[in-house]
Amino acid sequence: MSNSKPVLTSSLGRKLIMSLTGIFLCMFLIVHLIGNLQLFSNDDGYAFNKYAYFMTHFTPIKIVSYLLYASIILHAIYALILTRKNKAARPIGYAQFNGAANSKWNSRNMGILGTIILVFLATHLQNFWWKYHNDQVPYVEYRTDLATGETTPRELQASEFHDYQVTVENNVEIVKARDLYKQVDFAFQNIGLVILYIIAMVALSFHLIHGFKSAFQTLGVSHKKYVPIIEFLGVWVFGIIIPIAFAMMPLYFYFVK
Amino acid sequence: MLDSKVPAGPLAEKWSKHKFNMKLVNPANKRKFTIIVVGTGLAGASAAASLAELGYNVKTFCYQDSPRRAHSIAAQGGINAAKNYQNDGDSVYRLFYDTIKGGDYRAREANVYRLAEVSVNIIDQCVAQGVPFAREYGGLLDNRSFGGAQVSRTFYARGQTGQQLLLGAYSALNRQIRKGKVTSYTRHEMLDLVKIDGHARGIITRDMVTGKIEAHEGHAVLLCTGGYGNVFFLSTNAMGCNVTAAWRAHKRGAFFANPCYTQIHPTCIPVTGDHQSKLTLMSESLRNDGRVWVPKTQEVAEKLRQGQLKPADIKDEDRDYFLERKYPSFGNLVPRDVASRNAKEMVDDGRGVGKSGVAVFLDFADAIKRLGKDTVEAKYGNLFDMYYQITDENPYEQPMRIYPAVHYTMGGVWVDYNLMTTVPGLYALGECNFSDHGANRLGASALMQGLSDGYFVIPYTVGDYLANLGSFAPVDKNNPAFEQTRKDVEEKINTLLSLKGSKTVDDIHKKLGNIMWEYCGMARTAEGLTKAKGLIQELKKEFWSDVKVLGENEELNMSLEKAGRVADFLELGELMVDDALNRAESCGGHFRLESQTEEGEAKRDDENFTFVSAWEFQGENQAEVLHKEELVFENVKLTQRSYK
Amino acid sequence: MAQHMNLTLKVWRQKNDKTKGKFVTIQAKDIADDMSFLEMLDVVNEDLTRKGEDPIYFDHDCREGICGMCSLVINGRPHGPKYGITTCQLHMRSFHDGQTIVIEPWRAAAFPVLKDLAVDRTSFDRIQQAGGYVNVNTGGVPDANTIPIPKRIADEAFESATCIGCGACVAACKNASAMLFVSAKISQFALLPQGQTERYERAQAMIDQMDAEGFGSCTNTGACEAECPKGIKLSNIARMNREYFGAKFFREEDVHTHS
Repeated sequence: MSNSKPVLTSSLGRKLIMSLTGIFLCMFLIVHLIGNLQLFSNDDGYAFNKYAYFMTHFTPIKIVSYLLYASIILHAIYALILTRKNKAARPIGYAQFNGAANSKWNSRNMGILGTIILVFLATHLQNFWWKYHNDQVPYVEYRTDLATGETTPRELQASEFHDYQVTVENNVEIVKARDLYKQVDFAFQNIGLVILYIIAMVALSFHLIHGFKSAFQTLGVSHKKYVPIIEFLGVWVFGIIIPIAFAMMPLYFYFVK
Repeated sequence: MLDSKVPAGPLAEKWSKHKFNMKLVNPANKRKFTIIVVGTGLAGASAAASLAELGYNVKTFCYQDSPRRAHSIAAQGGINAAKNYQNDGDSVYRLFYDTIKGGDYRAREANVYRLAEVSVNIIDQCVAQGVPFAREYGGLLDNRSFGGAQVSRTFYARGQTGQQLLLGAYSALNRQIRKGKVTSYTRHEMLDLVKIDGHARGIITRDMVTGKIEAHEGHAVLLCTGGYGNVFFLSTNAMGCNVTAAWRAHKRGAFFANPCYTQIHPTCIPVTGDHQSKLTLMSESLRNDGRVWVPKTQEVAEKLRQGQLKPADIKDEDRDYFLERKYPSFGNLVPRDVASRNAKEMVDDGRGVGKSGVAVFLDFADAIKRLGKDTVEAKYGNLFDMYYQITDENPYEQPMRIYPAVHYTMGGVWVDYNLMTTVPGLYALGECNFSDHGANRLGASALMQGLSDGYFVIPYTVGDYLANLGSFAPVDKNNPAFEQTRKDVEEKINTLLSLKGSKTVDDIHKKLGNIMWEYCGMARTAEGLTKAKGLIQELKKEFWSDVKVLGENEELNMSLEKAGRVADFLELGELMVDDALNRAESCGGHFRLESQTEEGEAKRDDENFTFVSAWEFQGENQAEVLHKEELVFENVKLTQRSYK
Repeated sequence: MAQHMNLTLKVWRQKNDKTKGKFVTIQAKDIADDMSFLEMLDVVNEDLTRKGEDPIYFDHDCREGICGMCSLVINGRPHGPKYGITTCQLHMRSFHDGQTIVIEPWRAAAFPVLKDLAVDRTSFDRIQQAGGYVNVNTGGVPDANTIPIPKRIADEAFESATCIGCGACVAACKNASAMLFVSAKISQFALLPQGQTERYERAQAMIDQMDAEGFGSCTNTGACEAECPKGIKLSNIARMNREYFGAKFFREEDVHTHS
């Protein structure tokens, strides 16, 4: 009973990777949501754009963001590996299979839900992350009168923008920034994109209702006291509150702004 | 006269002395011997594992897809052991005495004493393996009283004791398979015994998947193949249980002992129709709280059967609680054979219940009133569920219908004290042999015997035989006996496959079952048995002329599998009838109507029948020859059982 | 009286593991509702035999729900439409006159079809052989009561030990994963004091064998638990994971020094 295989190539090791990356991505969602709630503040993107700069330029956060990219990739790749292995474990399927009798639909279709989320992610990153990093978003200048606290935004031309800048002149704070907020506003005027986001958030909801608790089950958590808490968080926080809050953003820009 | 090879000396010292007197095989020489184990239930798995641990090479064979499926797994109640953990007066001697008495004084004293003696080691062994026996809150093992015993000596694992013990033995077996000391052959059926110079030296098997007929050689062959209850077609045995391995060995010279001793268990779910394939046992613990009754009159019974009356409509004074009436001191807890026989009497009297009229009530209404539904549910919930599942009737609301069914066979291959049959080198263990239960087995004793034989008896006795061989040479695979026996088997298979009549094998099997149940079941008469013999002989002819066997040998062929087994059951059935006819007394599960007391109870005839009947095969369609092993009782006084 | 019904069976027929199989439609006539499902198949087989046609091969033995030999996916459900029972405990009153019943074997690469509805489950045996035991020889063990085990622990170990090894968990799982089966065995020993000395080696060895047999991975759908005729719980899988990761990350040196 020894000389066993390395952990990460075993079925349980692969599940462990899915579980850990999944939980990490869930934690990211909380941070992402809290930051993005600033989109709802009625300041023409002042806070949001400052936050966007901070998130992309503060070193510890940058390190975490690389971890994040790695997690997304690992989560997707291992999902693919596991799915292929799992398919190979049943080369001939059933003519009739009544999965509904013994399991929830979403638990059986995590791959499909995950694929929807992945497509969404590609679009999402292309629209915001890519454009933000490649100077394809508008620029903005905020002048805030420090005496009155009044902020006036002004769109900057590319030629007027060199780098993110915060200066104070004559008791007026001048912030020059990439205007991701505007890009958000612009993007969500596209009804197609709004619908894609809504669909993706529904998929995310179903994915996380199963995925969150499943990750802990894989880690071996089976405690009468704590599992119900995990299940509660999985449904209410990750399955309902977070996806709804995210879905509100495109709806807000499409309908309200 | 047969020599049982029981060692001399006081009862309590026989086994210890014998263990010392037996020869040992040097550890380095053990690996030069190969032992074949047929059957992987409690006896087979425990024997195979223990022998492999000692260093012998072992080959195991079973017809199931895994050793773990053997029918030992279905035993519910528990396993007896004289641990006296409850401080209630149990002892090795008391367990011995109860078993001898329970067997109606038709078992061998020395064997039964040894069984009681090693019973304590079995529990230790199983616990060490990780068998999850029931425990008390303090963490120590729990015991219950079972089958009317006056002490609590039964260890149990809820209602699945057999399963847990078998999985324990199976795990020990797996360990040796992994180590390469045991080679396991599953979906293999033993079809013959190979003898060289009079000694068992191998077996012929059929790979049930490919049909390949294979010869396997070994220095000893252990038959651990269970009982032959399926001769009745309907029994609580698994569908695949059969007598073929034991019977083919019998035809090669192993005497068959007391074939007429069958145990008919009282608390089974009654037959519902011709389609019935097996009968389901419910633990006899139900009789601790259930009350057995039928209507007092045939008229009321008839109305019940027609559905004009419901059980609840019948007033207490119109009910006959016949066990309580006839046996006031034991009541519903009389031994299995007595309870069964009385149920049959009621049905024969036209007072049976259920649509078929072949059942009696087991009523929990009073228990529910007395203890509350919750308590009854906690005690018997799983059994009630099982009953509901099968019958679609709710036992909380209406009485259960029960009827006796064939459950266990006390008879089997004759063995001496060393568990060796009349063929040197051939052994029989567990239910397959005849040795420890006499004419009636007590509850929770079957598991004890299987494991006792396998874990603690055979590892010693087989060593003595091998050490006495005087040679460590491997068995010569090229000995013509292998080829000859293989040819015999192939010939038999070809004959079976050539049968293209109009009856299915099951048709014949069902007919055989009906004959056996009718004439060689709970009550037997000389007249009926004589008639049965004729009927079986006719049926045998019908089988060999008009049965239909489909397919070919080289495939999974259930038609062929069944045909081979039923052919053997037909021959065994005839021998059972002969044996029952010969034993003109009533004892244990064998009730001859001619031999009863004035009150209708079983009457033993100790003067003429204190012996074991061991039958020797003489050739196809020839009467077998009876050999007797006198039973000598030096330690217990023979008394008539009474449960009044 | 018993109700009688006529049914259309769509049964998977396959001569052996080397040939391709197909569905064959067979009429089951005059089936009584108090028959068990396997008795219904017996009746069909008797008819087929009388007609000289090969009867349908299916695995079965004890017919009381404990040996674990019977299988069958019936209308898309392992062991049929009811929960908590094996196929042999299923009765025809769960079906109705005129119904079509699709009967298939367990489907898994690790359970190749032997014939018709019977599959080879020896992979389960090999997993047990890899470590599903306590290394004790016969004899020389301590008195049973020298190892007190809290009742709660003994009961929990028993719950895990009731697995009958039928393979319904694999059949029900969309990934053909055997983790419920493997975890039940690992759990039994992980809970009991007798299993402690080898608990980490055991978990690794059994899981390695499980992977080698080609079973899929668990995605925690819970289908296995829902279809298990013995009610083995998913918490066993969580425990198995703990045992395994515990062994891999904290106890591996033990494994190698002992090898």
